[in-house]
Amino acid sequence: MSDLIAPARTMRIVDRRSDPQGRGAVNRERFVRRFKDEIKRAADEEFSRRSITDVGRGGRITIPGRGLREPFLHHDDDTGSRDFVLPGNREYVPGDSIARPPGGQGRGGPEGDEAGEGEGRDSFAFVLSREEFLALFFDDLELPNLERTRFGQVTMERTRRAGYSRDGVPGNLSAPMTVRMSIARRIALRGGLADQIEELEKAADTADPLARAELLREIERLRRRRAGLPFLEDVDRRYRARAPMPSPATRAVMLCLMDVSGSMDERKKDLAKRFYTLLYLFLERKYGQVDIVFIRHTETAEEVDEETFFHDRLSGGTLVLPALELAHKVIEARYLGADWNIYLAQASDGDCGTDDGARSAAYARDVLLPLARYFAYVDIPNAHGLFNRPSELWRAYEAITETAFARRQVHGRGDIWPVFRELFARRQAAA
Amino acid sequence: MTQKETPGAGGARERPWPKLLTRPTVPMPERQRVAAPIATGSEWTLPVLERFDKALARHAERLRLATYPVQYELITAEQMIDLCSTVGMPVHYPHWGFGKQLVGQERGYRKGQSGLAYEIVINTDPALVYLMETNSLALQVLVMAHAAYGHNAFFRSNYLFQQFTQADSILDYLKFARDFVLQCEQQHGWREVEKVLDCCHAIAPYGVDRYRRPGRLSARRERERLAERLRFTEKHFNADYAYLYEGAQAKAGGGNGFEPQENLLYFIEKHAPKLAPWQRELVRIVRKVAQYFYPQRLTKVANEGAATFWHYTLLHELYDSGEVDDGFMLEWLANHSDVVAQPPFDSKYYRGINPYALGFAIYRDIRRICEQPTDEDREFFPQLAGQPWIESIHFAMANFKDESLIEQYLSPKVMRDFRLFVLHDGAEDRSKYDVTAIHNEQGYRRLRQALAAQYRPEAHTPQITVARANDDADRALLLHNCVLGGRLLDGASVGEVLAHVKELWGFDVVLEEIDDGGSRLKVHRT
Repeated sequence: MSDLIAPARTMRIVDRRSDPQGRGAVNRERFVRRFKDEIKRAADEEFSRRSITDVGRGGRITIPGRGLREPFLHHDDDTGSRDFVLPGNREYVPGDSIARPPGGQGRGGPEGDEAGEGEGRDSFAFVLSREEFLALFFDDLELPNLERTRFGQVTMERTRRAGYSRDGVPGNLSAPMTVRMSIARRIALRGGLADQIEELEKAADTADPLARAELLREIERLRRRRAGLPFLEDVDRRYRARAPMPSPATRAVMLCLMDVSGSMDERKKDLAKRFYTLLYLFLERKYGQVDIVFIRHTETAEEVDEETFFHDRLSGGTLVLPALELAHKVIEARYLGADWNIYLAQASDGDCGTDDGARSAAYARDVLLPLARYFAYVDIPNAHGLFNRPSELWRAYEAITETAFARRQVHGRGDIWPVFRELFARRQAAA
Repeated sequence: MTQKETPGAGGARERPWPKLLTRPTVPMPERQRVAAPIATGSEWTLPVLERFDKALARHAERLRLATYPVQYELITAEQMIDLCSTVGMPVHYPHWGFGKQLVGQERGYRKGQSGLAYEIVINTDPALVYLMETNSLALQVLVMAHAAYGHNAFFRSNYLFQQFTQADSILDYLKFARDFVLQCEQQHGWREVEKVLDCCHAIAPYGVDRYRRPGRLSARRERERLAERLRFTEKHFNADYAYLYEGAQAKAGGGNGFEPQENLLYFIEKHAPKLAPWQRELVRIVRKVAQYFYPQRLTKVANEGAATFWHYTLLHELYDSGEVDDGFMLEWLANHSDVVAQPPFDSKYYRGINPYALGFAIYRDIRRICEQPTDEDREFFPQLAGQPWIESIHFAMANFKDESLIEQYLSPKVMRDFRLFVLHDGAEDRSKYDVTAIHNEQGYRRLRQALAAQYRPEAHTPQITVARANDDADRALLLHNCVLGGRLLDGASVGEVLAHVKELWGFDVVLEEIDDGGSRLKVHRT
């Protein structure tokens, strides 16, 4: 026991290692926010240099150091006269002179170390986390025409206060409620007992002695019981209850259609995959609840999983229509109804028969577009098309004039990001 | 507690001193090393640290170190980076500048370019001392001795800290500041808040009262005062009367009899015509924080020197009484000698005079002068020679800032050891510096004065005063820079800083550079 009474000095030590991190995160976030434009520019450059799958990884960013400086007043060392002290004299005696270093800055002052730290550096490098990187990327992008008014599918469960319950964890014990119950119980029981006692007393007054003694014993027992009513009993305990409540969320589905036919050479497939990877990262980050359907097609179309979509190889001829039909089938089967926001993204080299193109365009316009909020088509033309003739499908899609439809051409890696931005840029007017 | 004497670790030194050291420079105590080492190796546990803390406390008490109670906090490397970015404070208002520090340090640390500060101590009551989990045992004990005893004793005894800061209320105040800044960000948008803070930071060095002792900080009172002020202005605001009131004030105030003021932020807080109440509050917060750190700016050498001296002394006490072994000593001494290294001026590692090195050398020499004075010391320091060193050190810790510490205590021996010399940079010839004094008989006093002058705040922070405001139609704010030795301000930095002052003041700002004769050398306008 004696060591519980603290002696004059005990060591006070607090282990903070498991404290939530992120006091610094507040300031970090402010830093990123302030230099968003610079960082974004640097990140965009970084992005075009990197392979797409690396985008999600975050990484080193270098931004110009000019705007980063926090200005303060200081002297101009080229004016006036001053004396200053340096350590480490080897051969000098009074009367000697030392050539002035060019710039003449920062020698000698006691704040010399500060001067070396922030000033005169023309760039500032630091590391962005994956989260920050993606946040910057997708910052002003949005799914177009997303309707948030239709609620349906239960996607989130929030817990809400739901009155009191008889059981729960000790942490949730509600003292006021429990005491209130205890008071109620005691009043109720006491009242009942009092009535009984009164009745018995009345009966005892008129009863014969033998019965009377019996009654008095009974009265005594009830009195004792009344006095001995426990202050708290298990039945009094009330716990604050929290019940999961369904909270509505917007439902959306993105159907990704990719042409993997023979005419899609490695370069084009690579570009298409990059586009979709970006799209996938975007959706995954921004909309946790978006369904994504992957459809790839040659002459036939099939629905595949993410892994197959991005990594499996396949080749063959091209027919676009089956893919559109399959998309329609998928929608009909799973995503029909006014509460679904449906998005379509198609990537192809646009190489298809004239007939197929026209029919696809008509099908897209008449069947798919009325169902969809947005249909984006990304055209990846041949690398060295001498005549630079627009592709078959591109021309066929020209017939679609609905605003919910958009098409863009991607020629090289550098285009993917701008096109992606253009397609999904947040529209002020739409909001 | 009695310890068995073990011949290896316990007994007095049996080996002869190495040839070059016929005798230790500081006399070895008469005591025998009786105790067994508290712990060996580099692993540590909390109970072991606790025993070390007890041992340090025992020695500190014998050496009459008065300290605030200590609270140690065990943290990770990331948390240390976090702390460093907010000037060591565990709470601080949010600002991107701290974030910049953070990302910069983080990268340096990850790439292994820079080590981490292994100690941070905060002048609070109780003093907070941070122990990083990656430190080895010897380093932990070094940090404890340095921060929890050295710095702590300095904070407790130095007159500047006693007069200018309130150790018991700073954390509360910073919490208030943080909450207030966050609240402002919600109400007025982060851009607005950031703008004000940026402007204030640019002139934070001019947000201190250098001679007047500041009032007590109290988060509670601050909140009440703020609520009251806002309530009052809201209740009584009437656009018509406000106009009349301002007009009357302008008439009554005038420019006559205006006394120059040194605290630019204070002046802006009280008199800037266009600031909203919450903006004034932000100005005030930056000002209060700057004031809190003001003594630290004045006592870099004295403070670090004292802490280094005490960790050196305390750890040697541990060794002398046998509580630590040779390996322990070698480990922390390696770190210690890195910390107190002073590269010469022409080395590529030169970053100015190392305050740890200079301060440590000065305090060590005070002890040497007390214990083993030479004739030179008797001439220079008659008041120290032969006196008890503990009192002398405590006196030096309690009563001086960098400038006066150097002026009073920089001994010829330290000047020789550092091989200090004075350079003169004059307008006559900008192509070279002239050596005017070196570490010799003729130069000592001149050298000492020059070095002390270098640690005066005016030497690196130009002196700005508010000269006049509001007395003309365009409400310009007139600032004066007191020019010393013909040193003018750097034009580019003036432009940037004045733009920030203008942002706060709301009208034009003029900065005149005036020499001690009163003539105007240069005028900067926004």
